[in-house]
Amino acid sequence: MAGVQVSNVSRSFGAHKALDDVSIDFADGGFYALLGPSGSGKTTLLRQIAGFDFPDSGRIAIGGESVERVPVEKRRIGMVFQNYALFPNMSVADNVAFGLSVRGEAKAVIAAEVQRALDLVQLGKLGGRRPHQLSGGQRQRVALARAIVTKPRVLLLDEPLGALDKALRVDMQIELKRIQREIGITTIFVTHDQEEALTMSDRIGILRDGRLVQEGPPEEIYDSPKSEFAATFLGDANILRGDSTGNGIRLADGTTIAAGAGVSLAAGTKASCAVRPERIRIATDAGSTVQANGNVLRGQVSKRIFAGNNSTYFVERDGQTLKVIVQNTGIERLAEGQDVMLSWSPESTVLIAAS
Amino acid sequence: MAGQVAIGSRSGLRSALPLLLPAYLWLTVAIFLPLSAMVFFSFMTELPLSGKAWAFTLDNYTAFFSQGLYLTLLLASLRLGLEVTLWCIVIGYPAAYVLAKVLKGRSREAIFLLVILPFWSNGLVRIFSWAMVLREGGILDTALNAVLPFKINIDLMYSYPAVIIGLVHSYVPYMVLTCYLTLQAIDDSLIEAGRSLGASRLQMLKRVIIPLSMPGLVAGAALIFVPVVGSFMEPRILGGRTGTFYGTVIEDQFVAVFNWPLGAALSFILLAVVLAILALAAPVLRRAA
Ligand SMILES: Nc1ncnc2c1ncn2[C@@H]1O[C@H](COP(=O)(O)OP(=O)(O)OP(=O)(O)O)[C@@H](O)[C@H]1O
Ligand SMILES: [Mg+2]
Repeated sequence: MAGVQVSNVSRSFGAHKALDDVSIDFADGGFYALLGPSGSGKTTLLRQIAGFDFPDSGRIAIGGESVERVPVEKRRIGMVFQNYALFPNMSVADNVAFGLSVRGEAKAVIAAEVQRALDLVQLGKLGGRRPHQLSGGQRQRVALARAIVTKPRVLLLDEPLGALDKALRVDMQIELKRIQREIGITTIFVTHDQEEALTMSDRIGILRDGRLVQEGPPEEIYDSPKSEFAATFLGDANILRGDSTGNGIRLADGTTIAAGAGVSLAAGTKASCAVRPERIRIATDAGSTVQANGNVLRGQVSKRIFAGNNSTYFVERDGQTLKVIVQNTGIERLAEGQDVMLSWSPESTVLIAAS
Repeated sequence: MAGQVAIGSRSGLRSALPLLLPAYLWLTVAIFLPLSAMVFFSFMTELPLSGKAWAFTLDNYTAFFSQGLYLTLLLASLRLGLEVTLWCIVIGYPAAYVLAKVLKGRSREAIFLLVILPFWSNGLVRIFSWAMVLREGGILDTALNAVLPFKINIDLMYSYPAVIIGLVHSYVPYMVLTCYLTLQAIDDSLIEAGRSLGASRLQMLKRVIIPLSMPGLVAGAALIFVPVVGSFMEPRILGGRTGTFYGTVIEDQFVAVFNWPLGAALSFILLAVVLAILALAAPVLRRAA
């Protein structure tokens, strides 16, 4: 087992920079999610680490040693592809056995290891089947068993759950996490799905246009995003724009918004504040309780979406639509068109330099 | 349930009939009728068209067994078919691999064209251009002597190797095409997956790529083996006196000796032998694929 250090890696395809000076330290035994929109370079980064492709500049080390001149088959990595890439000409057991058998292990050793790996992914009885006789979730587990049976130092997963439906996806997430904990392998997991990234990983890296936008534990990125992009890409956020007051912003209409978190900015520069929709309280305008030194904005409900345990209100204010999510704990409901007052604490407000 | 399925497929067949009809008509007219006529001829003493008296006989078939020459020639032709097929695999498969998995874009198109080109040129032109290359004082001889410091004589014309070269050149595009199609269908991520599991390029070739491209290899081999066993043009022109094969003997019966009944009988014996070989090979190949 080993950590992975990516230092200042760049990779261009023609004039297009798929990776632009990316540095990430993947800790030994950690579960790391790479998140980003389509085309942001997630797969490209994974391919550099695997050794299918090579960086134009920068350095990659696995377990402390540089892998610049180490070909794929010597890197001792396990990879699970988005389309699973199972060998269609082999049975499930032969697929899983492949990595051990090309290494020339003894037949008895292979049989035992394969059975153990199949049991681990709970497919112990399906060894004799062909890949095309399996469901999507079963194929994904075979791909995982095949990748871990060789005891790789690093496990690379490129959107392995992308093709599964929601229920199966959640099952697989739990199982993947269980297996990862059980064998304690450094895991780098590429996903489109922010919820998946939040629930599964120890750390998250957000990529955009080949650059690493922000990196850290899920809570840290969610609670203190460093850019509007990070704030809106991981979870929902209301972005208010104005001029910095040092520890908050002044909106165009003169209202000030106080921020308790984020960067400190010189007064007068352009800046934004991000607030999560579930942190905002909403009440009818007349006679409501306002928190001392809280942020307050008035507006009008333009739309309400009922989703069972919660409701989302869209509130018009000064030409901007703000989103508020309220748990449906009582029966009080606000009608569309109603004037409302929004309030939230400065601690829930993050100051961000304008992008 | 079963009845419903049957009805469904029957009505499917009925609606497909107008679509199938042209193909079946064509097959009947172009293949079945002439072929039946040939079967008929092969049991006659004389061609009815020649005006001579004729009768039914099995002599044309027994001739094959009574004269050792035919069997010897048939074995020589089968060996020729096998050798040409093997050379086509040796040359065509790597070319197909490079086309399908190494080259991209423009260069792929260009090389592809070069491979297909012999396909589009006239067969006779192809063979006679080889004659110019292979004969003594020909292009190959002159070129090699111009480069090499010592004198060598290259005269491959009218030899067994010349026949092989000509046939391989004519038929290798089949192998390239069929293998290219199956190789291209192999997802690159399969190769990457294998390599990430520690397999060398050679191990990937043996365990994944060749097994997965087996259908293309088999189709190409069948497409090449069958016509080569019956070939007569290349053996005749490039082989000269050494170029007597089963196919040239059949051709002689039709165009020189005018013994169509014997020619037809020899053709059907060849067809039966080739079909038997393909039938015997089928289970083995299916297991390999
Ligand atoms: N082999 C290649 N040749 C040219 N451009 C490439 C190549 N591979 C990737 N790119 C480009 O690099 C950029 C990043 O691609 P990459 O596959 O890493 O995106 P991604 O983040 O994995 O996206 P997705 O979520 O859609 O899988 C894209 O703009 C893509 O078009
Ligand atoms: Mg990708």
